[in-house]
Amino acid sequence: MNEITLVEAVNLALASELAADPRVVVLGEDVGVNGGVFRATAGLLERFGKDRVIDTPLAESLIAGMSVGLAAQGFRPVAEIQFMGFIYSAIDQLLSHASRLRNRTRGRLTCPLVLRTPFGGGIHAPEHHSESTEALLAHVPGLRVVVPSSPARAYGLLLAAIRDPDPVVFLEPTRLYRLGKEGVRDSGEALPLDTCFVLRDGGDITLVTWGAAVRETLAVADALANEGIGAEVIDVATLAPLDMPTILESVGKTGRCVIVHEAARNVGVGAEIAARLADEGLLTLHAPVKRVTGYDTVMPLGKLEQEYLPQTGRIEAAVRELLEAA
Amino acid sequence: MPRSVEFAPARRAARRDRDARQCVARFEVYCTRFLDHDGRVVADLPPFARDARALLPMYRAMALTRQFDQRAVALQRTGRLGTYPSSYGQEAAEVAIGAAMTRADVLLGTYRETGAMLFRGVEMHEILLYWGGDERGMAYAGAQAPREDFPIGVPIATHAPQAVGVAYAFKLRNEPRAAVCVLGDGGSSKGEFYEALNAAGVWQLPVVFVIVNNGWAISVPRETQSRAQTLAQKAIAAGIEGEQVDGNDAIAVYDVLDRALAKARRGEGPHLIEALTYRLSDHTTADDARRYRAPAEVERQRALDPLLRLRTYLTREGVWNDADEDLLRAEHDARLEQAVNTYLAADAPRPSAMFEHLFERLPAALQGQRDSVSEGPSE
Repeated sequence: MNEITLVEAVNLALASELAADPRVVVLGEDVGVNGGVFRATAGLLERFGKDRVIDTPLAESLIAGMSVGLAAQGFRPVAEIQFMGFIYSAIDQLLSHASRLRNRTRGRLTCPLVLRTPFGGGIHAPEHHSESTEALLAHVPGLRVVVPSSPARAYGLLLAAIRDPDPVVFLEPTRLYRLGKEGVRDSGEALPLDTCFVLRDGGDITLVTWGAAVRETLAVADALANEGIGAEVIDVATLAPLDMPTILESVGKTGRCVIVHEAARNVGVGAEIAARLADEGLLTLHAPVKRVTGYDTVMPLGKLEQEYLPQTGRIEAAVRELLEAA
Repeated sequence: MPRSVEFAPARRAARRDRDARQCVARFEVYCTRFLDHDGRVVADLPPFARDARALLPMYRAMALTRQFDQRAVALQRTGRLGTYPSSYGQEAAEVAIGAAMTRADVLLGTYRETGAMLFRGVEMHEILLYWGGDERGMAYAGAQAPREDFPIGVPIATHAPQAVGVAYAFKLRNEPRAAVCVLGDGGSSKGEFYEALNAAGVWQLPVVFVIVNNGWAISVPRETQSRAQTLAQKAIAAGIEGEQVDGNDAIAVYDVLDRALAKARRGEGPHLIEALTYRLSDHTTADDARRYRAPAEVERQRALDPLLRLRTYLTREGVWNDADEDLLRAEHDARLEQAVNTYLAADAPRPSAMFEHLFERLPAALQGQRDSVSEGPSE
């Protein structure tokens, strides 16, 4: 089993599915000859040819819209938007078409596309390269929003996303692309979508998170374990549709919940989880649900981005507040 | 790198050769027309039109489109249909698009493509269902239905990049098929249109873009959309062929489309056609065009009616007469009566229909909402 990074796992999944399924095509800016600005598509052009690994003109609306057309024709397009900050002109295609083509034709035409994009802060990137705006997409009916947080989950979830008969937005945490390796076997085995992953068991508090923030959250859970505090860590992984039963079960056990995400707090996915806990799990709670998130400010440039991101100190403080409350 | 240089008058040639600025490219835009406003032949007819009887199917379809539109507007005015966009005045362009396409081609159009849709086998009662507020109208369940055609495109020009994807699929599979993307003069101002046109040129895809230029994007006239002398010339920037056609001349639209489609299916690249026509109706039944355009302009355009033009020609050729016309209208009335009855008799969809085609399989997360809606009438 090879030890590989998250971005290498993305590459492995793309190669695996291109080899296994002739309907799969990869498209986007710089994905061919250059192998992607993050190298996520490196080597694919050489292996699968320029018909299936397509360097597109610089036009995000085209990339998304063309994927809708390919998908409706029975292909499995896996499109790359170079950074999430450039996804906005493609969102019209996702909201107005990809997410509703099946519904508005009563199943006559379908849209099995994947739109991959790197997202999130922490790599000291230029402006517009660090935002986490997953809530915009998670709000859209008919769209799946998937976020891997490890090489193995990147591989397994991307295979699942490509094989899924409906559109999936696949958000890859840029900060985790090369941060640590994990043994990943090219088994062709997908992981389940629409399911949270419990990364660590614990009986005292539930920490719910996704993407790059999984890393800091796990670090806090490790530190708390030294004090004999059991923190259960849940990686939501599929932000929409949301697997609430796993979260409710954990909170039913611990009675406390902190939600951690990089995105701004206001109307974030954390708000939905907190509302659902209030609705369906209120009587099991010993303390209020807390959120540790990015601020409701414009994502700052590099010098302040660590201040913006949920650091271990802020997560730990929220945990202690809840443990002291009840 | 070779480049073409403009010809300068001989006496200035030596001087011009030393100019810093040299012409590197020149372009021309052509417009095609066979019948003038009075239905008189003004150019050698293309082979398909030499026997006037061959034009009768298009004429019949144009007449049906107009009767359908009149009926749909009447239904809306009496509260039995939602907002409806009539294609009154654009029947030649619409029907010729449908007629020039093969069954294997794929149509991606706007909300004003009724003529093309009917010609391609979409059922009249389905179009009424859709505008009556029922998604089943876009299911295209009829026996002759063009199952791969895209549903009506409501947002402007967002279907243009989708047409590129459909054409790319044809190219990948090496199929002699073409995608036809129809949009309006307003749509030609949108970024998606340029992105699609540009990419189609890069990959030499089998896609034909048709701008049905009806002069008005709701209240905004053509001259406010673009300073460009023609909309066809927008193809030039994408490195593809572009041309104009008299959109009220069904023979011309069919001819230009037919050649562009044949070229696309042969793998020789995309094409842009600007069909010049006029929207004689309001934008939709929710619009009142008197607020923004002069009645005199509409009256002038009414005299250029495409249906009347073709009928005049067919009558002069001796293949059509008043008795034929009366018979045709009666036949259409009967078909329309049946379609309207089928539409009005359709059961309301069950509330659970909202969940039925959201995903292939409803995610567990949505099951609770699905179970909470009442059942109501059956689908």
